[in-house]
Amino acid sequence: MKIHEYQAKELLVRYGIPVPPGEMTDNPEEASEVAKSIGGGMWAIKAQIHAGGRGKSGGVRLARNLTEVSEHAKAILGMNLVTPQTGPEGQLVRKIYIESGVDIVREFYLGMVLDRSAEMPVLMLSPEGGMEIEKVAAETPDKIIKICVDPLIGLKKFHIFEAGCKLGLNKDEIKELYVFAKGLYDLYTGLDASIVEINPLVLTKEGRFIALDAKIVFDDNALFRHNEVADMRDFYEEEPAETEAGKYGLSYVKLDGNVGCMVNGAGLAMTTMDVIKLVGGEPANFLDVGGSASAETVAKGFEIILNDPNVKVIFVNIFGGIVRCDRIANGILEAIYGTEINIPIIVRLDGTNAPEALEILKKAGNPNIITSDRLSAGARLAVQLAAGGEK
Amino acid sequence: MSILVGSGSKVIVQGFTGKEGTYHAQQCIEYGTNIVGGVTPGKGGERHLDRKVFNTVKEAVTETGADVSLIFVPPSSGGDAIIEAAYAGIKIIVCITEGIPVLDALKAKKYAEMKGARLIGPNCPGIITPEEAKIGIMPGNIFTKGRVGLISKSGTLTYEAANQIVKAGFGISTAIGIGGDQIIGTTFIDALKLFKEDEKTKAVVLIGEIGGDLEVQAAEYIKKEFNKPVMAFIAGQTAPKGKRMGHAGAIIASSKGTAGEKMKILKNAGVAVCDIPECFGELLKKEFEGIA
Repeated sequence: MKIHEYQAKELLVRYGIPVPPGEMTDNPEEASEVAKSIGGGMWAIKAQIHAGGRGKSGGVRLARNLTEVSEHAKAILGMNLVTPQTGPEGQLVRKIYIESGVDIVREFYLGMVLDRSAEMPVLMLSPEGGMEIEKVAAETPDKIIKICVDPLIGLKKFHIFEAGCKLGLNKDEIKELYVFAKGLYDLYTGLDASIVEINPLVLTKEGRFIALDAKIVFDDNALFRHNEVADMRDFYEEEPAETEAGKYGLSYVKLDGNVGCMVNGAGLAMTTMDVIKLVGGEPANFLDVGGSASAETVAKGFEIILNDPNVKVIFVNIFGGIVRCDRIANGILEAIYGTEINIPIIVRLDGTNAPEALEILKKAGNPNIITSDRLSAGARLAVQLAAGGEK
Repeated sequence: MSILVGSGSKVIVQGFTGKEGTYHAQQCIEYGTNIVGGVTPGKGGERHLDRKVFNTVKEAVTETGADVSLIFVPPSSGGDAIIEAAYAGIKIIVCITEGIPVLDALKAKKYAEMKGARLIGPNCPGIITPEEAKIGIMPGNIFTKGRVGLISKSGTLTYEAANQIVKAGFGISTAIGIGGDQIIGTTFIDALKLFKEDEKTKAVVLIGEIGGDLEVQAAEYIKKEFNKPVMAFIAGQTAPKGKRMGHAGAIIASSKGTAGEKMKILKNAGVAVCDIPECFGELLKKEFEGIA
């Protein structure tokens, strides 16, 4: 789960990490008042959306007086911000964060993620503050200092001392950096984050480290034990169909094609998309109705797929295991009974009791249901029909 | 022969009396798995599925001599269940539970390693040695005994692959679902090492997906040390970058994690890589002639 910068900074403060004074608002009329109360002579007006790359796309602007604050706030709030990470459709800006300007001596990158190969959280430091870490990793990987932290041990002073020396920091600065990094590590482990990124991390004239920007992503599976974090969820930033699917335990990802897919199991669902592409089509979505599909999950799956106006045909690919195919076939019939589905549904069932299941579907006599016992043949037919071909 | 589990395995079920635990324990028993008891804290002393229920894994191990545990507890206590099993001396811990927080899985895996226990999963369908022991949620009827080892990150895709292998006239020595989470106990390499030593396994089918680099590590190992034919399938060739595809671990975070990159590296390591699971049968016939 992602949160906004202003929320991330609230959490940083809670873990003793310094951030510049700032406040969120969604009212352009209030902006100059907010800036005034923050104080100082320069402010950054920052669009609050979940995607990165805001600065380059006009979502972060500097104001030198209160009139400019007000102008920028009016310009940014309500704009449709398109960044490299939002996709071409962009994201509507509903909130801004007004922050006091900071005198910067040096900028760094500081991040913490899970290193899947090392199976430990890894703290990453780089002198290239403000640059995307992926870019630094690709171009100048030597500049990234990585410190794997064993969660049974935790972050220690020596970890940071080593890194600080490499960055050319003096003893006092390293001490400051340790306090900062320790706070970050405690937040990462204490709140079950999966990504914490401070970019840039700035060193001020006073020799203090401050988080100028902050991105935090949380482990969805651990939200049950962090209600205060779960409450920060912003549904406006999510794809509504994906949120709706999640409520029913289904996993859905919207894509751009016209062949709707309903599959049991994540691996098979990805494979189904791949096969559709392989035979010349484009999947409209990823949808996993769960390893053991039931009539209820199948019904919900149809509903979600049909909300996408691009869908021209639905390809149901279910491998029946312990849940037998004949029961799934009846589930499909129940699910579409009484609904107005007037596009072709290709059903490919294999596994336990597959022949009986295909027989049930044929006997039902619904002209929209076409059965198949092979994955590639079913996919080919679906793609053909989506392109306007004959049955 | 087989790897890790067989007719000699003595299995307990953690989360025995819950809905999932009850249903799947029953299925395992019907398959012929030697389920010797189960654990549900607070229900010790009761009987369930004609077997004893214990309060703790330690009690269950002491009384039954169990060496394998099959875990069905909710995700919030999944990490603790793995740790409890390792603490009690269980040697093979099969964790079906999906949705365990990453940090919990991380600690649990480290502790299991310290105790010399092997963790399979979490978020996996389990492990099956056909006609001997089914320790998981897979449909046993799909898996015919044979000489192909199967290692997979996915559930239904494993059944799909097993079905194709069997339809082509081959069978399975052991099928191990290693799980789709970011942190998993047994990796492709771990399973490959075991299949290398197993005389009855003549060939291996590997099913991977986008995310992480376990398949890449496996390719390096296969190239250097593995001496049996390997076929592979990688799911997620059309998955968009940065989107999680169902499994917690199925997310492309860098160019290394894509299906295309993994397929390329596996091919370079001499692995027969196929585009669709239906090819397994044909490929097997071609690659491993005479092993059925």
